[in-house]
Amino acid sequence: MSDLWDVVVAGAGIVGAACALECVSRGLKTAIVERGGIGGGATAAGMGHIVVMDDSPAQMALTLYSQTLWRELSSRLPANVEYEQCGTLWVASDEEEMREVHRKSDVYASAGVRTEILDIHSLAEAEPNLRQPLTGALLVPSDAVLYPPCAAGFLIAEALQLGARLYTPRKMLSAVDGRALLDDGTELRAAHIVIASGVDATQLIPELPIRKRKGHLAITDRYLGFVRHQLVELGYLKSAHSSTADSVAFNVQPRRTGQILIGSSRQYNAEGSEVNHKILAAMIERAQSYLPEIGGLSTIRVWTGFRAATPDKLPLIGSWPEDQSLILATGHEGLGITTSLGTARLLADYVCGAKTEIPIEPYLPGRFARMAAHA
Amino acid sequence: MSERFDTLVVGAGPAGIAAAVSAAAAGQRVGLVDDNPAPGGQIWRSGASQPAAARSLLAKLDAAPVQRLQGWRVFDSAEHDVLRAECENECADLFYRKLILATGARERFLPFPGWTLPYVMGAGGLDAMVRGGLPISGKRVVVAGTGPLLLAVAAHLARKGAIIAAICEQASVRRLIRLAAHLVNEPAKLLQGIEYSAATFGAKFFTGCWPAAANGREKLETVTLGRNGKLWDERCDYLACGYHLIPNLELPALLGCRIEDGFVTTDDLQRTSVADVYCAGEPAGIGGVELALLEGQIAGLAAADKTEEAKKLATRRRRSLGFVRALREATDLDPRLKTLALDSTLVCRCEDVSFGALRNHANWRDAKLHTRCGMGACQGRICGAATEFLFGWSTLSGDSGIRPPVFPARVSSFTTSIALNEKETQ
Amino acid sequence: MRETAQTIALTVNDIPVTVAPGATVAAAILIAGEPTRRSATGEPRGPLCGMGICFECRATIDGIAHQRSCQILCTTGMKVRTG
Repeated sequence: MSDLWDVVVAGAGIVGAACALECVSRGLKTAIVERGGIGGGATAAGMGHIVVMDDSPAQMALTLYSQTLWRELSSRLPANVEYEQCGTLWVASDEEEMREVHRKSDVYASAGVRTEILDIHSLAEAEPNLRQPLTGALLVPSDAVLYPPCAAGFLIAEALQLGARLYTPRKMLSAVDGRALLDDGTELRAAHIVIASGVDATQLIPELPIRKRKGHLAITDRYLGFVRHQLVELGYLKSAHSSTADSVAFNVQPRRTGQILIGSSRQYNAEGSEVNHKILAAMIERAQSYLPEIGGLSTIRVWTGFRAATPDKLPLIGSWPEDQSLILATGHEGLGITTSLGTARLLADYVCGAKTEIPIEPYLPGRFARMAAHA
Repeated sequence: MSERFDTLVVGAGPAGIAAAVSAAAAGQRVGLVDDNPAPGGQIWRSGASQPAAARSLLAKLDAAPVQRLQGWRVFDSAEHDVLRAECENECADLFYRKLILATGARERFLPFPGWTLPYVMGAGGLDAMVRGGLPISGKRVVVAGTGPLLLAVAAHLARKGAIIAAICEQASVRRLIRLAAHLVNEPAKLLQGIEYSAATFGAKFFTGCWPAAANGREKLETVTLGRNGKLWDERCDYLACGYHLIPNLELPALLGCRIEDGFVTTDDLQRTSVADVYCAGEPAGIGGVELALLEGQIAGLAAADKTEEAKKLATRRRRSLGFVRALREATDLDPRLKTLALDSTLVCRCEDVSFGALRNHANWRDAKLHTRCGMGACQGRICGAATEFLFGWSTLSGDSGIRPPVFPARVSSFTTSIALNEKETQ
Repeated sequence: MRETAQTIALTVNDIPVTVAPGATVAAAILIAGEPTRRSATGEPRGPLCGMGICFECRATIDGIAHQRSCQILCTTGMKVRTG
């Protein structure tokens, strides 16, 4: 049996869900194929932060664009999405990092993002449980957190209400030339097949420049008020930067329930999903160095997940040069939740031939073909 | 802190105590770790009225050269031959050559309206609380659920002065009569049954009966009991209700032990599928105290390489299993117990997730992710068993597996262990 | 061996409670007539399993939160808070 669609989306994680909703709301006949549960992959494993990041101008543009979209959507999000605009504190532990705080403040300002520089005292007041003295911090009040699986669930539910069709549990075995073959024999024909399956995208396109980047997280029992903002060390960017080494960085986030999420870690070449105790220990020790009292909190769960990472830390949004029917929406590394809505807008504009609200060029997959050609 | 043992035993219930004593007698350096304030597990919980067999074995334990880690909770295993445990203010790496898992069992709780009210407890739960100093004299108690635990609990509570308003066994009279045929081959059990009945001072005993609701504003005031379609209210101070014992499989699963039909697979020497890891007692099959004692002995001897002695005991074990199977069949849960929960009835107590929120999900993983059922402190120990029965969900399989910690542990307990670092550099 | 005290005095939410040696904090909380905790949606709760796996008996003992009170013995002067 063969159906004809405008768009078939592979993957109902947060990126696929956002893309499906955006496409169907433009009047495109949209189907979604998901082999497991909605939001069950990296979407379920991550921290759920919505954060503006300035690793590159293209990253800043996409995270800012997307964060604005989340803020606009937030009033419609149901309670179980737990959207909370708690803000982020980028914490500086010495003068060098404090200079970085000032630099960041300027960069954010020129992008139109309001920030506030906290000194020793105002930081201690904002977060009493941080070790003292820390030099200061950059507060980004517009950053937020949410609970990703329910966010993906909401987006899918909205898409279905607008007439999108969900094929689940179905695995997409191949996607070639506008034909998607599912594991039950169903063939879906589409003008565009959106590959939003995270690290599994390489199953459909083996040459994709995507690598699995493993992360660990721990969550505590309820301790309301222990931390009030998302807390990140300025070294986080060094960790996200590093291309090969295993690394940990201090990143802690309060959930609305009062539970504390403790992260983060990054590893390449770690295929198994088992907990790596050495990495976990290093991550916990880093957290303890910033929040001395965190050691006494009760941890109820530890888990791992895989981010889809590209060589230049920017996602792949746009058609795959080898097969123009395939539109990629993957490779978001640690920013999938944040940039899901922005990705969806860019993708839908691209598919409809509309002008995008931010330049799409930095994210086009063709950049790697060009890079390969020049190699 | 770190300790090294020839044989490490996890769980100081009957199986664990028997294992520790046997292994120590065979010359092993033995450690026994248990998270309660005192040994005995559940069935031999201290606080007076321990049976003679318990006191005698505990005396042997006290006299044996076993290192006791009482009040310590195992929560992780970073490498094959070491467990991580913590107590009130420390954590430790416990190295072993042989490991005996005697983690026991817990009660299965099924949700019904009002089951989250204070003073609604498990049958073993109320019993444990009373042994832990809860006054029960003069209090009215309804004991309900299924299995021989009900009679044992009612008898004990009655001896402490409780008024047993009713004992409600969900199994029908027909099923129980079929079971009685088996009892004739096991006169000791028959005698126990009689003793228990006498001790309950003629409390009303109902079959095919269960609590349909617990009622009260801020705590339990009455229980609505149902039998053959008739409902009536019993005024009571406590409801002690549990539906069978289910094995504590989390640590065996974390270690990779094969689990089949809901129990740890063991051979005649109590060996699991993981080298050097044994399992004795309830996690290998719910079988009561005598079987647990036997299996503990077998495991302790086998871990000490006393294979011939262990094999001799193994033949006695096979004979016990017949009664265990018959009892289990007789008390299979009535499917009408699935119909008690209303949409508003909570199933996950840690995260307050209702039956209505759960029943439209396809499986345990989806339900967890989208409702946070099973994501709270108990990590699905209570609600997981309930959803298995209510929806047929499988909670221990799939790609999520069991991750550490097996029990909540302090954040600081996950930091680098000096002992593991030393081990690496050797 | 010295004779131990006949009773142990502690407080639960500032309510004075006396228990026999060997009594658990969970028992003391019930004796005080308090629920052990309030659930995520504010329901009063008490101990369920009595053996440290249901987590309904969690209470703050001498300032440390989320302790399983059914597995902790009362000691003189303990300050227990439920919530």
